[in-house]
Amino acid sequence: MAFLDRRNKDIRNLPGFGTTAGLAVLFLYAPIAFLALYSFNAGWSISQLEGFSLRWYKAVFANEGIQNAALNSLTVAIIASSIATVLATAAAMATVRLRFRGKEVAYGLINFPLMVPEIVTAIATLIFFAAIGFRLGLMTVIVAHIVFCIPFAYLPIRARLASMDAGLEQAARDLFARPFVAFRRITLPILMPGIVSGWLLAFIISLDDFIISAMVAGPGATTLPVHIYSMLRLGITPEVNAVSSLMILASTLLVLISAVLSRKTKT
Amino acid sequence: MKAPPDTGLAALLLSPALLIIAVFMVVPIGITTLYSFLEPARFGGVIWEYSPEAYIRLLFERDIFDDTLSFSTDYLRIFLRSLMQAGVATLLCLIIGIPTAWFIATRPDRQKTLWLMLVTVPYWVNLLVRTIAMLLILRDEGPVNETLQLIGLTAGPLPLSYNNFAVGLGLVYSFLPFMILPLYAAIERFDFSLLEAAYDLHANRWKAFVGVVLPILRPGVVAGSLLVFIPGIGAFLAPDILGGGKTMMIGNLIGQQFQGSRNWPFGAALSTVLLSLTLIALFWSARRAAKSGAQVL
Repeated sequence: MAFLDRRNKDIRNLPGFGTTAGLAVLFLYAPIAFLALYSFNAGWSISQLEGFSLRWYKAVFANEGIQNAALNSLTVAIIASSIATVLATAAAMATVRLRFRGKEVAYGLINFPLMVPEIVTAIATLIFFAAIGFRLGLMTVIVAHIVFCIPFAYLPIRARLASMDAGLEQAARDLFARPFVAFRRITLPILMPGIVSGWLLAFIISLDDFIISAMVAGPGATTLPVHIYSMLRLGITPEVNAVSSLMILASTLLVLISAVLSRKTKT
Repeated sequence: MKAPPDTGLAALLLSPALLIIAVFMVVPIGITTLYSFLEPARFGGVIWEYSPEAYIRLLFERDIFDDTLSFSTDYLRIFLRSLMQAGVATLLCLIIGIPTAWFIATRPDRQKTLWLMLVTVPYWVNLLVRTIAMLLILRDEGPVNETLQLIGLTAGPLPLSYNNFAVGLGLVYSFLPFMILPLYAAIERFDFSLLEAAYDLHANRWKAFVGVVLPILRPGVVAGSLLVFIPGIGAFLAPDILGGGKTMMIGNLIGQQFQGSRNWPFGAALSTVLLSLTLIALFWSARRAAKSGAQVL
């Protein structure tokens, strides 16, 4: 029974820890599950189920305000995350592969957007555009999003690059001579999973943003979270639940895709 | 001293990203600090005249008739409330996060991946959506109150929403994954075979846990606490949606200066103070980490 005794002493299994973990996960999921459940309610209520129906989803898809906002959100997220990913890839190449002075400063500056509270970024960006007399619109939202997307795209790309064998590039460069060809033929394909997951993270972060978009969006440039927020003035409706559920679905799918991609690359 | 060989290429590769961040983030923050020392224009914006009024307003109330200053704790209280709420949320996240991260990190590999996924997915769900979901749960007619009344524990609905409790819980809900993930990373790095010796020597595993494991957790605790505390102080959505009249936090007060009451210099001053607090907290923990030789983030 020495084995049992050992197991009992094993610090890996502390009593109550499993329960806490279970409750933590329940705590994380219960509210969003409840919200999703009531999006299928046949009635108007958000506290009494009156049968299953897709009417609120139909209402969401027929709602022009939501459509425009969703289109704006997608436009901003696609443009901002793509530009941020290109910039982040270049920056990661420099900080991981090259030797130069001031690397610490460069690294700090790239991660700076992560250190500033969102509300500060939001009003600073608003003040900046007002000060230079730039009219608020979709453009201002895109620019603001590029800035905070850069570190999110940068981190997975840097991680991937750091775990990659630099000898491969060296060998390629010895053979091809031109660094750009070595980058395109060797580095880029191996780096691709990191780039894709960086892009996905930046994309989700862009879709997630509320306060910065709310501050710098001009008329007609409302993004989906800003639009949902304005719908709340009439209280939480099943329609809010339905559009929210769609957003939950979208981000869950994107995270799963990103996870599958990064798992594939580990093997 | 010779310049390192790759400086030119590095500058070429780095300058687009760094320029964008510098122009659209560092410069705006500089202008914001500048604006905090100017006079407010009536409908938003500023008048280019030096005035320390925004900072005076943080601590003093100016009499409308004779311009005398009297000490006022109105805004100070909002700052203290923000610090308190963020602090309590951080503590709660630690209490829930340590056992949870420990449990996950000690599972076999396949289960570990599943648990990690379970914790990660809610983190990427839109924060506004999650905050609305929290309000749905906590409302007077929400499932928690309905259940409590159904089983006869309470006669009427408990005041779970539109108060400090709801805001605090909303903050925990918003940022719990931020705590679990770095804690997990710290535990994951730990070599459990080293511990075999430790818990053979200690009388029981709780002693081993507190004596041996907690110090190992430290980098995770520091990183997780920063990741919860910092966005917690500046939170906007949780106090806005889950809070009521007396639960305002700094984030909401700042937002107000650019929407409703329109005092840009005051909003800029509040932002400057908030950012300073944040950066002080970051540098302080970075320096402590450097001293103890641990990696923070």
